[in-house]
Amino acid sequence: MSTIPTAGPGATPSVNKRRRKIDAVSIASFIALVATTFLMLLPLFFMVSTSLKSKKELLKFPPTFLPESWQWSNYREIFDTLNFGQMYMNSLIIGILTVVGTLFSSALAGYGFARYRGKGSNLWFMLMLSTMMLPYPAIMIPQFILFSKLNWIDTFLPLIVPAFFGSAYNIFLLRQFFSTLPDELFDAGRIDGCSEFRMWRQIALPLSGPALATVAIFAFIYSWNDLLTPVLYLSSSDKFTLPVGMSSFTSSRFRIPPWHLLMVASVLAMLPIVALFAIAQKRFVEGIVLTGIK
Amino acid sequence: MYLFISPWLIGFMVFALYPILSSLYYSFTDYDIIHPPKYVGLANYNEMFHNDLFWKSVVVTVRYTFISVPIQLLLALGFALLLNMKIPFRGFFRTAMYFPSMVSGVAMSLLWYWIFNPSIGLFNYVLSWFGISGPSWLMSPDYALYALMIMSFWTVGSGMILFLAGLQGVPASLVEAARLDGAGRFRIFLNVTLPMISPVLLFQLIMGVIDSFQVFTQAYVMTQGGPNYSTWFYVYNLYTSAFKEYRAGYSSALAWVLLIVVMAFTALIIKLSNRYVHYEGGGRK
Repeated sequence: MSTIPTAGPGATPSVNKRRRKIDAVSIASFIALVATTFLMLLPLFFMVSTSLKSKKELLKFPPTFLPESWQWSNYREIFDTLNFGQMYMNSLIIGILTVVGTLFSSALAGYGFARYRGKGSNLWFMLMLSTMMLPYPAIMIPQFILFSKLNWIDTFLPLIVPAFFGSAYNIFLLRQFFSTLPDELFDAGRIDGCSEFRMWRQIALPLSGPALATVAIFAFIYSWNDLLTPVLYLSSSDKFTLPVGMSSFTSSRFRIPPWHLLMVASVLAMLPIVALFAIAQKRFVEGIVLTGIK
Repeated sequence: MYLFISPWLIGFMVFALYPILSSLYYSFTDYDIIHPPKYVGLANYNEMFHNDLFWKSVVVTVRYTFISVPIQLLLALGFALLLNMKIPFRGFFRTAMYFPSMVSGVAMSLLWYWIFNPSIGLFNYVLSWFGISGPSWLMSPDYALYALMIMSFWTVGSGMILFLAGLQGVPASLVEAARLDGAGRFRIFLNVTLPMISPVLLFQLIMGVIDSFQVFTQAYVMTQGGPNYSTWFYVYNLYTSAFKEYRAGYSSALAWVLLIVVMAFTALIIKLSNRYVHYEGGGRK
């Protein structure tokens, strides 16, 4: 049913009316956006502002928006009091090794699934996909028992070693990417007498920068933010990762948690993620879209 | 091929297949991790159904999921629709909305723990601008779960980005054609936009439900399951019985119930989606 406005005296008012209506909707949306953005940013603003307040100012009500006196020394104090530097290093080491492991084995497996059709390859592929739905809590008890038999408790090994065996999301992501590479490239390599492994390393990998970067970013963020696994395996405080160390401050050890220092820790914990996001913003968003990992 | 997938294959056997099967076996045993497991048949499952804390954790988790996941999706979709319009400072708004999602789970929990503080926190102060005197949130058994739901809305930015990507995939020609046919904004949304982005919606629904079945960080950092077990989430219950009470057998039974429920939910949503979700080219994924 066509209702294209015909030229004539009757058409003009209706077109005007519609334009006004759209404008009203746009203005309302804009106001709604400003209001919600304000509410979304308010906690972040307070995170930063509280990190610069003195201990006394924390207990003020109503809370002050800006610090009365800017305590930049909070940022030094946290490294002195809370074992923070060590925790930060631990998280970085675990994060980086996790990224290395994930990249290596997920790229291998993704390549294998993308370029070869072997006996049972479909079956394995389906099995791999189904492990994406596997909730970690469902397997953590036997894993814990396995690692404790290996005497890996209170070491970083349980947090790093599994990454060297690949993870389903990343394998799937890379497989999708490797599948788009043209066969001719690999045929040419084969004619030149390239080994399969060399083709992976010298043809497939160099062409996969964006996909590998996405996997690396996700693997790092996941490891950096994970709480449950390190809580299970790390018991001595000099081995704590950032999330474990920070969560221990709400325990009864402090009657009133040192909020200003905790906010310093939160700000500093956010830095690597913000930096990654800033460096790879476009890629990051593409990656999120590609995989749907949050 | 097997050479390439062998790292994963080994990992799959050691870190997925073996744990799943042994957790099934443990779930039929009495096992304190130190002494060898003792076969007890269905006793763990039987106990579960008579255990108040188990039912408490189920109710808490289901309530949280059924209230917060739909609202999260609506908010994320709403913001995505707004930010898909031609609006000034669009880039700024998108970044600002996404920013909270970059705060890690623990930092977010600590921040909101403080925001919800009834006497010095930000939340009740903001409410007081509107003349509302807020409850004591995390300290109140009636409000603690709602506080965690409110906190979860803070990170809808990550879902919003997914929806935005979906919306940008809706061909402008389709929308234009509908407009020329005289369809209003709402009709266009319902009959053109919504079907086109339904795969994104489905995906987020599945992931949202699975994630919220596994809430742990918030309960561990902010409430320790309390007050009065009002935030006694399923995985927190599982963690406590395994690693505080050393009942690996009972916990494995809990783990298997979780596994089955997650699988069943995913299957159900996929089945429903075959009826309602539109895929490009009419094909089914």
